[in-house]
Amino acid sequence: MRDDYPKTLEIKDIRDEAKGFYTIFLPNILQGFNPGQFVMLWQPGVDEKPFGISYFGKDKIGITFEVKGRFTKRLSQMKKGDIVGIRGPYGNGFPEPGKGCVIVGGGCGIAPLAPMAAKSASLIIGARSSDLLLFRKRFPDAVFVTDDGSFGRKGFVTAALSDIIESGKNISAVYCCGPEIMMQKVMELCRKNSIKCYISAERYMKCGFGVCGQCMCGDNVVCMDGPVFDADDMLGNPDFNSSARLKSGRKVPLAEYYAYRTK
Amino acid sequence: MKMDIAVELCGMKMANPTILASGIMGVSAGSLGRMAQGGAGAVTVKSISMEEREGHSSPVMFSFGDVFMNAVGYSNPGARQACIEFEDIKKIGVPVIGSVIGTKPEDFAEVIHALKDVPFDAIEVPLSCPHTPGFGLLAGQGTPEATTEITKIVRKSTRLPVIVKLSPASPNIMGVAKAAEKAGADAINMGNTHGPGMLIDIESAKPVMGFKVGGLSGPAINAMAVRCVYDLYESVKIPIIGTGGITYGRDAIAMLMAGASSLGIGTAVYYRGLDAFEKISGEMKAWLEKKGYSSVKEIIGAAHEG
Repeated sequence: MRDDYPKTLEIKDIRDEAKGFYTIFLPNILQGFNPGQFVMLWQPGVDEKPFGISYFGKDKIGITFEVKGRFTKRLSQMKKGDIVGIRGPYGNGFPEPGKGCVIVGGGCGIAPLAPMAAKSASLIIGARSSDLLLFRKRFPDAVFVTDDGSFGRKGFVTAALSDIIESGKNISAVYCCGPEIMMQKVMELCRKNSIKCYISAERYMKCGFGVCGQCMCGDNVVCMDGPVFDADDMLGNPDFNSSARLKSGRKVPLAEYYAYRTK
Repeated sequence: MKMDIAVELCGMKMANPTILASGIMGVSAGSLGRMAQGGAGAVTVKSISMEEREGHSSPVMFSFGDVFMNAVGYSNPGARQACIEFEDIKKIGVPVIGSVIGTKPEDFAEVIHALKDVPFDAIEVPLSCPHTPGFGLLAGQGTPEATTEITKIVRKSTRLPVIVKLSPASPNIMGVAKAAEKAGADAINMGNTHGPGMLIDIESAKPVMGFKVGGLSGPAINAMAVRCVYDLYESVKIPIIGTGGITYGRDAIAMLMAGASSLGIGTAVYYRGLDAFEKISGEMKAWLEKKGYSSVKEIIGAAHEG
């Protein structure tokens, strides 16, 4: 029979990654893992939330997060030896990246893509500004893009992706995670150029294993059908880049959902 | 011979006896649609209150072995928003049961009134939640007196069939069931989650459930649910929906033999996937065919003498 309750572990390390971004490292107790899958992270007596895995090693895993609301603020203040629980991994993950896979991550969206970075042909990492840019030291060969040009190329990740497409390099697929407006633009660019594209979606989750029904995006159960979706499915999804559900289940415009998540 | 597993419950025609229990995948028309695609004979929405509710903090559900525990705390967008969410509910193609909750008896009438334009096929009132203050057992709704009062108000508020959902943890199930029947209920759903129970993480010395306690469901409670249905079958004349730990076709068959005429299925979605209904119905059908039955109706109550 299955066991899906949080297993508690001592934090091995916590790392400051960028302004407001941290990684906690935990012993690796996951039985199998596909990059793009997620875990439910429990702060005993506080709450439980879904997170992607940004480092995957034999002995330890890392979870990179942005401080947004109460949960992540508290998490950022935890120390080596403090106890958190995890259950999972859940969801489908990305297909095995083939030769010529281009990875595009915006903001914290690079986190679940990072374990596949070594297998990618090109890596594009974007952020609003240099102080918010993740993994500059970890991936020195990546193409970095900032909205304000304070580090790397100025502008949006789509321009950097366009350049790779126009260079004539053979692109087998684009794997993308970030704000939905960014993923929407990347999916549209890929469709225009007949390039296979997969994105990773996020919705308010409670169970993580397809029972509570909270994370619906159109007719898709994000925790079970996703979180990784073929762009062909998401481009026609009425909720993608449009609306999401609050904890109550009430559907609201995406901007209202993002504001709610900072509480 | 073609094996017939279609049943009818309070006038609702169902292709098979399985009904998605309230609280599982019932947040949106899209999620209910997925359950219909997964083979559910009918579906129940997540319970609706007048006002929007966030529910308890997480974890709100998890499993250990054969036990599944939940304390979601009736999160729902509120009745007005539910009208928008479920306006096209007819599209999903199977009967839809509207689950309605309230803290005071009048609340139930208010919610039913607010939902009057949603094309539900029946109304269910769960007077049996073991883990949400103000509702169900924690509000004393599981007594014969309270059940009589609430059922009467619900009966007056709607022309739709009324289903009253009971708790297997109640000390007086027969009394509550008879009270519901007498007050005008058309069917009994037997029943809700068991317990509540508690799981403590010994490393942090904290209860795991966000609400500390949670209702128990899953294979571990099936035998208790079967016993409740068996007892009820001899006490009330209205149809019984047998709910509790049905995971495989053999559990479904046993529940029908105990006296249920349809089956509430929830936690099996966790153990067997989004198409649990199709799997359970298929297993049930195969067994009935092997035994030479021509209709699933032939085994309802078969475990009773005489």
